[in-house]
Amino acid sequence: MIEVKNLSKSFSTAQVLKKVNVIFEKGKTNLIIGQSGSGKTVLLKSIVGLHEVDEGKIVYDNVVFNELNFKEKKEMRKQIGMLFQGGALFDSATVEENVMYPLDMFTEMTKSQKRDRANECLKRVNIINANNLYPAEISGGMKKRVAIARAIALNPKYLFCDEPNSGLDPQTAIVIDDLIKEITEEYNMTTIVNTHDMNSVMEIGDKVVFIYKGEKWWEGSKDEIFETNNEELNKFIFASSLSQEIRKLKGNI
Amino acid sequence: MGLFYHIGRYFILLFRVFAKPEKFSIYYRETLKEVQKLGINSMGIVVIISVFMGAVITIQTAYNTENPLLPTYLIGLGTRDSMILEFSSTIVALILAGKIGSNIASEIGTMRVTEQIDALEIMGVNSASYLILPKILASVFFAPLLCIFSMFVGITGGWLAGISVGVVTTENYVYGIQYAFIPFYITYSLIKIIVFAFLITTISAYHGYYATGGSLEVGRSSTKAVVHSSIFILLFNLILTQLLLS
Ligand SMILES: Nc1ncnc2c1ncn2[C@@H]1O[C@H](COP(=O)(O)OP(=O)(O)OP(=O)(O)O)[C@@H](O)[C@H]1O
Ligand SMILES: [Mg+2]
Repeated sequence: MIEVKNLSKSFSTAQVLKKVNVIFEKGKTNLIIGQSGSGKTVLLKSIVGLHEVDEGKIVYDNVVFNELNFKEKKEMRKQIGMLFQGGALFDSATVEENVMYPLDMFTEMTKSQKRDRANECLKRVNIINANNLYPAEISGGMKKRVAIARAIALNPKYLFCDEPNSGLDPQTAIVIDDLIKEITEEYNMTTIVNTHDMNSVMEIGDKVVFIYKGEKWWEGSKDEIFETNNEELNKFIFASSLSQEIRKLKGNI
Repeated sequence: MGLFYHIGRYFILLFRVFAKPEKFSIYYRETLKEVQKLGINSMGIVVIISVFMGAVITIQTAYNTENPLLPTYLIGLGTRDSMILEFSSTIVALILAGKIGSNIASEIGTMRVTEQIDALEIMGVNSASYLILPKILASVFFAPLLCIFSMFVGITGGWLAGISVGVVTTENYVYGIQYAFIPFYITYSLIKIIVFAFLITTISAYHGYYATGGSLEVGRSSTKAVVHSSIFILLFNLILTQLLLS
């Protein structure tokens, strides 16, 4: 479980997050949705500590993460896996080396143990026979899957995904979404996913948090989303989904 | 943003670079890779510029000392001192600033804008140290070798040019390059190139590490890396020369 309490974050130019309070549940896929520029990425990066926050607390299962010292934070990071918007695979390393990297850095495994673990993770995300290819030689969807494999290599308790299906075709997007949900349940992780894709909400959203202009505007389950009369959220749903089915569900054809 | 902002941030970055490494075996492996990339791959260009510089200095010295009263061994001496004092360190460093400076800035800058640096940080890796320290070690270790190599190649280039144009005999040239030799000049040159190598690597890494935006900005940061490295090389050349030779 991850608890965000009263989180504010501003950059020199503007205040991006305003007193956000939210709880992300364990073993569930928690989605953060909102328009481009609403502050989703900043929220996610603040939670994982890539941004210093101005105010507020980020609590990982009773540990106040943003009050830890440098060394304690580093320990904590080994339990965190993150999937970045573009995959963020290391260009100069092969697929296999990418997945082995966290093992190299933080475990005392032997070479063959590391290779076995890497292959186990790659198999889990359905990447076979691509071990020696470089990131430039694989497709966007494969990159995302390799990045998931790398993120789960150390068996993290927390998984963060920033727009996991941006730039993918709808079919591949669903594959990635399902994979994230399956892995979350399999390893009982606390997973937080940023997205502006309503299909993802329908597909995997156990819990949904809607961010509007840096504030938490709404939260609930994916079913509740269709009963709300929160105006901004409804606008967002219409704008971001052309799906007839969703419009029908909202009773507005 | 002002000069002091950059200088402050540069030193903060250096401070992080020299933190204790996570795992020595990995740093060792990375350093060897960088030796290959930054050092050995630069040998070709160092050979080319050194041969031509040695040749040109020899011919210029020959035409400027075309006085029957001046002995021709001065040509060898002139080439030797020019190469050792200035060319093999400062000019080689300027060329390296163009080659490895842009290479470092664009590599690290690309990692920044594609979130690879964030990916390292999230794993708990000190990205500054992991990415930059091996480059500093490799270039500071390899630059003196390149410098000495350049001295030999340059002096040989001068000899080849001298005898093929016919301005000096082998005997006189060899006598000249041994005449009134001051070993400290080599030390001076090596100290300079070590400082220059440090400047090139850290300044370029700084520009890459703090790149923001997209590939356009990476290109821009790589240009800045080369320009700023070159300016600081020239500045430190002046300072070190004043400190060491006066
Ligand atoms: N490092 C930064 N410095 C200054 N401003 C920033 C920084 N990062 C983000 N911002 C600003 O914060 C706001 C929110 O950005 P953020 O990246 O979180 O949006 P987002 O919801 O993730 O959008 P998208 O769906 O397009 O990814 C934007 O207005 C952006 O300009
Ligand atoms: Mg974003």
